[in-house]
Parts: sequence; C-alpha cells; structure tokens
Amino acid sequence: MSDWVEACAAGDIDEEDVMRFDHGGRTFAIYRSPEDEYFATDGLCTHEKVHLADGLVMDDIIECPKHNGRFNYKTGDARGAPVCVNLKTYPVKVDAGKVLIQVG
Amino acid sequence: MTAITSSAASPRDYSLTGRDARLAVENGLSAAQWYHTDVPRKQMKELMQRSDQPAIRDTIIWLAAFVVSAAGAIWFWGSWWCVPFLFVYGTLYGSSTDSRWHECGHGTAFRTEWMNDAVYQFACFMIMRNPVTWRWSHTRHHTDTIIVGRDPEIAVMRPPDLLRVVLNFFGILDAWHAMVDMVRNAAGVISAAEKTFIPEQEQPKAIRVARIWLAIYLATIALALYLHSWLPLMLVGLPRLYGAWHHVMTGLLQHGGLADNVTDHRLNSRTVLMNPISRFIYWNMNYHVEHHMFPMVPYHALPKLHELIKHDLPTPTPSILAGYREMIPAFLRQLRNEDYFLKRALPPTAKPYREELHNDNPVAAAAE
Repeated sequence: MSDWVEACAAGDIDEEDVMRFDHGGRTFAIYRSPEDEYFATDGLCTHEKVHLADGLVMDDIIECPKHNGRFNYKTGDARGAPVCVNLKTYPVKVDAGKVLIQVG
Repeated sequence: MTAITSSAASPRDYSLTGRDARLAVENGLSAAQWYHTDVPRKQMKELMQRSDQPAIRDTIIWLAAFVVSAAGAIWFWGSWWCVPFLFVYGTLYGSSTDSRWHECGHGTAFRTEWMNDAVYQFACFMIMRNPVTWRWSHTRHHTDTIIVGRDPEIAVMRPPDLLRVVLNFFGILDAWHAMVDMVRNAAGVISAAEKTFIPEQEQPKAIRVARIWLAIYLATIALALYLHSWLPLMLVGLPRLYGAWHHVMTGLLQHGGLADNVTDHRLNSRTVLMNPISRFIYWNMNYHVEHHMFPMVPYHALPKLHELIKHDLPTPTPSILAGYREMIPAFLRQLRNEDYFLKRALPPTAKPYREELHNDNPVAAAAE
C-alpha cells in the first residue's frame, strides 16, 4: 500500500531536471530542483498523456513537451491552459544515495 | 520533391464534428504518436532553455517601430506621405502579431510568464484571434497537425478555395469571420465547433474577452465618427486588412500543398529559408518542421535546432519565391484531384518515412 520503491541514484538526475521512472505498469516523473531537493509526480501530462520527462524544468515548474502546459512539480498544481487538471504527487526521500518514492 | 496523385475516394470533410473527425479518432490518427528526430537530452535541454533577453530586445524594436510608424501616419495623414508609414504600421499590426500570438501562446518567447501573457493579449487583439479560443485551437493543431476533421487551423483545404486564399492576403474573409465570431461570443454563444476544443470552464473567458474587444471597436468607430476621419480606424482594426499580406504569405508556406493525414511533420510541414526582415516579422517560424517536432524550443533557438537535425529533414525550401513556385502548381492540381500532394524528399542521412504508420489512409497509401 505505502511501499517505498527505489527509483534511481541521486546523481542520475541533473539539478533542475527530470527523469522518467516506470514501476508496476505505471510511469512517474522524478525531479531534482535547483535547491537539490527531489520530488515525484505522475509521469504523464493530465492534458494528453505525454511523458513529462521529455519536458523542461524551470525553477519549480515542469513544462510538458507537447503543448507547453505547466505544472508546479512540488505541489502538482496545473498553472493554466492547456492543462486544467492537477498532477498527482508522491512522497520522496533520499537514502544512502538512492532516490525512493512512495508509490502507494 | 515527389508529386503524388491518387484516384482515391470521397471528398474530405473538414468539419470538426463531421465524418472525417470521427474516422480520425476511430483509426488512431487523432492524438497519435508522431515521428521525432533523435536529439540527446543534454542538447535538447540547452535548446529548450528560456531567456527573456532576445524577446525583450525584439519587443523593444517592435514597439518602437509601431510608435514611429503610427506617429508618421498621423503626422502625414491627408497626404501621400502617410502611405509608407501605414504600410509599415499595417504590416506590424496585421502580420507580425501572428507570430507574437503564436510564440507567446506557446509560452516560449520569454522566460517570464507575465511577459508572454502581455504580448500574447496585445497580439491577439490586433490579429483578431480570441486569446482563449485560439490557444485551444492551436493546441489541437499541434496534437493533430493537418489531420482532416481534427485540425481547426488548416489554411488551405482540398480542393483549394483559391479565391478565399487571395482575399485573405487582404484579410477580408478572416477579419469578417473574426468579427462575426467576436459578436457571437460577446452575445454569450460558443459554437459547436468551438466546444470540441475549448474546455467548458474556459468558455466564459472567451466570452469576456469578446465583450472587451467589442467595446474597444465600438469606441474606435465612435471616435472616427466624432472626428469625421478614417484615421482612428486606419490605426485600430483596418490594419488587420491592409497589413495581412505578410502573415498570409508566410503562413501558407507552413503546410500548403503537402500531405495530410500523416503523423510525420517532415511530410506535412515546410521549412523555408527567408530574408532577415521576414524572419523578424515571422519570429523564425520559417523553421516550421523543427517547430512542430519540438514546440518547446523558443524561436531564437530554432536556427540552432535546424543545424542539429537537418540531416534528418527534407532539404529546406531555399526562398519564399521557391516555396510559391512549388505550392501554386500543387494547388492548381488539387483543383482537379484533391488527393494530389507534394511528397518531401529526404536526404540519404535521414531516417526513412515509416510508411506503415500511414497505411490506413488513402493519401499515404498513394505515396507508396
């Protein structure tokens, strides 16, 4: 239900960048902020199911590569057209150099 | 470039609620996976980076050109000397706003969000495109580029209505339809076609903008009547007609005469090399294959993107004139056979078209 799953090594993601992580038939996006914090959301844009890991991270924003829809990846909030539905976020922790997300 | 003909089938239905719209969804042409040239993530990240500086520089030049040309038109109003000033002002108003609407709508021109929004609203008013309606129509254009029945922004449908194309060089039909749509929206009515791509919660915003614009146009008409002068309308509204020529000239080249109902932008979009003035007016949208393949890349980085992926794209059309030399004969052929189109040849270094992706439609089948 609330399992922590190892997603990647902390160094696998550049600062202010995003990486795709697939697990249990689902896809997630793992973010590393400019402040060196880690976050996780659903991996697909709520607008047209495009992988956000191909998008651009700017400060606390992830921009979808297809239609430039923007979300705050820390809170999941949709920031306006063409995205209207918020992203689901997941707890993240870094343990012994590994990024873990709670996928339950 | 290969010219393709086919004897296939029934006329296209461009209605967003019609037969081809339904078929596109049923056969997977809508919201499909599109071909992308492979670009390493590191390089793509560099290309996608946002910066305020190029767009601020360009916008200062752009606004200054507006002010100087408007001042000259007002100063010389009543003599022939106002004509060159109106020519410049009109081209800025009726054409350069097309690319500003476009780039700021994508949110890529500036890094700062409010700057994109401010220029977007300003440009939308001048180009007469409701900022809500057209944001959503352009989203659909990128999802279903030149997919018949799905793309609301197909400039030249088949068979081509050449009278409409010519009239639009003077903005006549576009502006008329824009005015009708504005009055309809201002009256609180969203059309059935608009409802197919504007989410319900966004529709009141389209109505609110239409009402504001209608008030501005009515005030301008009242001022013209009060002054007994055409000048207010020559500066607000009419430039969308007499200055439309450049955006129509460049806009037709984006997809004109090329394939429809395919899922590879190399087949349905055209990159054209242009002079620097047209590229300033057009904000580099002449790199149109590149823009559609990677809409996250800002206009100022498109030349770099072009250099990076040109090995995988058709050779760019060398000039605006060359584009029209291939496009006009194609339009004339499509009058007799609407399945005719120009198939872009790929260089030997490119990944071939995946014809198997396009076999479900008669046009692509004809290309084999």
